[in-house]
Amino acid sequence: MKKAKQFLLFLVLSLVVYGVIQYLIQTGMLNPFYSNMIISITINVILAVSLHLVIGITGQFSIGHAGFLAVGAYVSAIVTMQWEMPFFVALIVGGVVATLAGLVVGIPTLRLRGDYLAIATLGFAEIIRITFLNIDYVGGASGMQVSHLTTWTSAFVCLFITVLVISNFTNSRHGRACIAIRENEIAADAMGINTTFYKVAAFALGSFFAGIAGGLYSHNFYIIQPTNFGFLKSFDILIFVVLGGLGSLSGAVISAVLLTVISTFLGEFPETRMIIYSVVLIVVMLYRPQGLMGTREITDLFKRSTAKGGN
Amino acid sequence: MEWLQQLINGISLGSIYALIALGYTMVYGIIKLINFAHGDVFMVGAFVGFYAIKGWGLGFFPALILSMAFCAVFGVLIERIAYKRLRNATRIAALITAIGMSLFIEYGTIYVRGAQPEAYPAGVLPSSSINLFGAHINSQALLILLVSVVLMIILQFIVQRTKMGKAMRAVSHDMEAARLMGINVDQTISFTFAIGSALAGAAGVIFGIYYTKIDPLMGVIPGLKAFVAAVLGGIGSIPGAMVGGIILGVVESIVSAMGFSLWRDAAAFLILILILIFKPSGIFGKNTREKV
Repeated sequence: MKKAKQFLLFLVLSLVVYGVIQYLIQTGMLNPFYSNMIISITINVILAVSLHLVIGITGQFSIGHAGFLAVGAYVSAIVTMQWEMPFFVALIVGGVVATLAGLVVGIPTLRLRGDYLAIATLGFAEIIRITFLNIDYVGGASGMQVSHLTTWTSAFVCLFITVLVISNFTNSRHGRACIAIRENEIAADAMGINTTFYKVAAFALGSFFAGIAGGLYSHNFYIIQPTNFGFLKSFDILIFVVLGGLGSLSGAVISAVLLTVISTFLGEFPETRMIIYSVVLIVVMLYRPQGLMGTREITDLFKRSTAKGGN
Repeated sequence: MEWLQQLINGISLGSIYALIALGYTMVYGIIKLINFAHGDVFMVGAFVGFYAIKGWGLGFFPALILSMAFCAVFGVLIERIAYKRLRNATRIAALITAIGMSLFIEYGTIYVRGAQPEAYPAGVLPSSSINLFGAHINSQALLILLVSVVLMIILQFIVQRTKMGKAMRAVSHDMEAARLMGINVDQTISFTFAIGSALAGAAGVIFGIYYTKIDPLMGVIPGLKAFVAAVLGGIGSIPGAMVGGIILGVVESIVSAMGFSLWRDAAAFLILILILIFKPSGIFGKNTREKV
């Protein structure tokens, strides 16, 4: 009963947000600068939430998320530009191919832990980038022209599905298994959780949504180049998750929104932006290593009064 | 005799990787931190050497020593400001701080002096072609190799024969036990950072002279590759870093020589992944079993 009510609230809230912004865009009250910023925010939130599943929930420290973004971006661009298929097919194909890439990367590397896993994922992301750099079919270093197909509606639908799937996954039996792995892998193994399966599954699911985000990304920027997907992009996504709090979905969403707004306004001063990013990262790690939200969610703030009564 | 030429080039490049990898491996051995900022210390070293040669008109060796000294101080500063508080923090927090530090140094440098690349002045080192069994070998490549080898011998001497080296080995073996034996752990860690950063500074100057072009983001790829070299040799092992660096350099030269120069960077990461999957302890590393 309570779950259904929560879901209804979530649905109504997101419809309101969607409706208001759609209205503002259609009536022209938001100029292209702002509507573009909102689409960037949506894409970054999808990326942050998908990486949150891998780092925050399952505790697998992956710093190569831009690799899957690149796979989704390039594959969906090929589907629309070369095969001339509709946009939503391209998004799904991009997501599926990114999942396959996630499986190829995840199955061997997820046996590693901590630092080694981080470096291995970084290495894989670089290999993916260099591969695209060397394929003439997608334009090599000069990049690939992509028509502008991403709209607020398509971006919002993807965001809605991503948040819904990942928050439901987290609260399911499987999500609990992933959290157990984050807390203590050996203990989780001893409790009968198939740790390898859940790590790979979370990684593949995260890659799928990164691929979807990639599709939206490539159809929003007219041109994609391998240099867009270097490790700076991976670090960007990592910063969203770390700043929001490792293990907090709403934290990841909030920090992705905040940082995208900040970086859009600092777009003319990229150095200043990176200096601010790095200082924020260091200061947060030194004084609040659990991130802004810790593992709490924004809904916990409202729950305290009602939860006391028991449910 | 093409292959001999490529081999010498590979070994020279590998010796640069090895110098950077030594810093990674020593720091990892002692505080279990991948110091992402190490590649940027290398970049700072290259710039200090550049300004010393171009601005003050110093020769190669004075510039090298100045850059090493500057980087040693710089490395200790990084450790004191950012890493010291994180001794008891989680590994992920430390790793993220290191990434943040790396970005800060890169973009701080761009902010201060702009992103434009600089070219090292030619003629700092005599450049002539030596004919060895029909292969044309650049005398610079040999001199660079010589400098690297001398630095590595000095490092081996410090680590194996001096009191500070003994303390370093003790701390990396067991930090708590070393502290109980009266070793000043903080000082030892700072000393490790100083030595590692000095080697990275030296590598920066050598890199600048050999490849002439330097820019504020030049440290990223060599830094990552040096880390690959450290893992390849067995992280925490000093001879491992040297061997790993040279193997990596030779492999890259071979890949380039076969006409796949765009795939060169991919080859390094492929080696890393293969090593991590099949022998995570590296060539010289010891196997450690995780305890509950």
